[in-house]
Amino acid sequence: MIDVEKIRKDFPILKRKMQGHDLIYFDNAATTFKPQCVIDAVVHYYTELGANAHRGDYELSYLVDSEYEGTRKAVAGFIGADEKEIVFTSGASASLNQIAYGYSRFLKQGDVILSCEAEHASSILPWMRVAEEKGCIIKYIELDEEGRLSIDSLKQLLLDGKVKVVALAHVTNVLGYEAPMKEICALAHQAGAIVVMDMAQSAPHMKINVKDIDCDFAGFSAHKMCGPTGLGVMYGKYELLSEMEPYMLGGGSNARFDMCGNLLLKEAPYKYETGTPPIEAVIGFKAALQYLDQIGMDEIHAYEKELHEYAIEKLSKLDNITLYNPHADACIITFNVKDVFAQDAATFFNSQGVAVRAGHHCAKLLTQKLQTSATLRASCTFYNTKEEVDRFVDICSQASIENCLGVFF
Amino acid sequence: MNDLMQDPMVLRQIIMDHYEYPRNHELTHDETYMSRHMASDSCIDDIYVEAKIHDHVIEDIRFDGVACTIATASTSIMSELLKGKTIDEANKIIENYHAMIDGKDYDEDLLEEAVCMHTVGKQANRIKCATIGWKAIEEMIKESE
Repeated sequence: MIDVEKIRKDFPILKRKMQGHDLIYFDNAATTFKPQCVIDAVVHYYTELGANAHRGDYELSYLVDSEYEGTRKAVAGFIGADEKEIVFTSGASASLNQIAYGYSRFLKQGDVILSCEAEHASSILPWMRVAEEKGCIIKYIELDEEGRLSIDSLKQLLLDGKVKVVALAHVTNVLGYEAPMKEICALAHQAGAIVVMDMAQSAPHMKINVKDIDCDFAGFSAHKMCGPTGLGVMYGKYELLSEMEPYMLGGGSNARFDMCGNLLLKEAPYKYETGTPPIEAVIGFKAALQYLDQIGMDEIHAYEKELHEYAIEKLSKLDNITLYNPHADACIITFNVKDVFAQDAATFFNSQGVAVRAGHHCAKLLTQKLQTSATLRASCTFYNTKEEVDRFVDICSQASIENCLGVFF
Repeated sequence: MNDLMQDPMVLRQIIMDHYEYPRNHELTHDETYMSRHMASDSCIDDIYVEAKIHDHVIEDIRFDGVACTIATASTSIMSELLKGKTIDEANKIIENYHAMIDGKDYDEDLLEEAVCMHTVGKQANRIKCATIGWKAIEEMIKESE
């Protein structure tokens, strides 16, 4: 069982106020706050190391390299991969774009790429471009009434033997459902397709072993898991990483080149890391992973599940709240205040010190499954408390259109 | 200015009235109209605004779309306020509206019901909602010149 009061003391920003109220930060699916140990690690780089990575022949640069590579090792351990299968990118979006660009060389006209209607833009848009350029076809795995992926539909779509890529979120960012990725990978592999797993919403909240799941590629962001912004991870099976090409070329990723156009790239993962990376973020990310490990990913998952059930039980008693995903696997609550446009409600929550996100979604997902044009999303993590949920529920009950407009006067 | 227009209750009612019963809330899709799709990723308002400008006069303004109370009401009020005005008159009203939103001096009499937006800056992230429709007409006025 985690000690949330002790944990909250590790996050200096939780002491601040918003609009004169104690801050309740329920936008953790967008990004998470950073514990002091991560902030210290970032400052440590700037105050004590300072040099570039993979560049110099002096003590400071050696120290930077060893810390930088230390994070790669920590990431590999965190997701059950090999060090050489871990590529640092600028974030999950960059990882997923690199995977689509890199793998597109193996695709040809008529090949099918499978996605679903609940995907994040960063998971589907790179493949839409690949499809356009290569003449591939994107097909969508159906969702059931609740918005969960239908395995029957996946099996059906795999039958034609043309599917080469299955690109899916491990946990969807709007509805918070976990896809059975291990089963999906087995089915896809049987049919001759590779699987790309978007871990942006799962990596921060549960223990994941990519080897056990057997996905071929994965991507996630450091900043959603208490790490610094501007950093992400691309995981790929080493053989695939070796065969693929980077979408960026330049300093740091090449071994040799000449003016006749001959280019020898470094081996993976280094051939994907062109230019100076956010070194302080990489060093800070190791502190974040150690921090999460110390609390325990299983403990974090259990606590968030408990918090989610607690919130859903209370919210479902309110007549003025529509819940769209009460059975979510993640602590992501997608909802609306009846008769109040999402953005007007979000402003009311802001005026009470509560940070939630108003958003609009892919038209098809919304019109067919949610039957609304915009929703609010409250997403919790392990430093949120039941007391915060209580206050949030109380504010929900007051969120009338009159009160939502009242905040302007 | 009328004292009533200082009363938050009255101002709130103006916003609600324009939100529930938006004026000029139907697109013509007429080729003699200019059109703007106003949608940005930082804001979930998604509206279309049409204007018919002829001989330096704004003959008609129309809008439709999915938007919050502030965006709907501010665009509805704008459409009533600027319809029938010359471009010079309209530009003066627009200038005063932005001055009001930015917390600077402005002429209340020129803005009529639009003064209901004078405190929108209290929620700074909503300023874009209060100006989305106004930006559309500004762009179309420029295009017409």
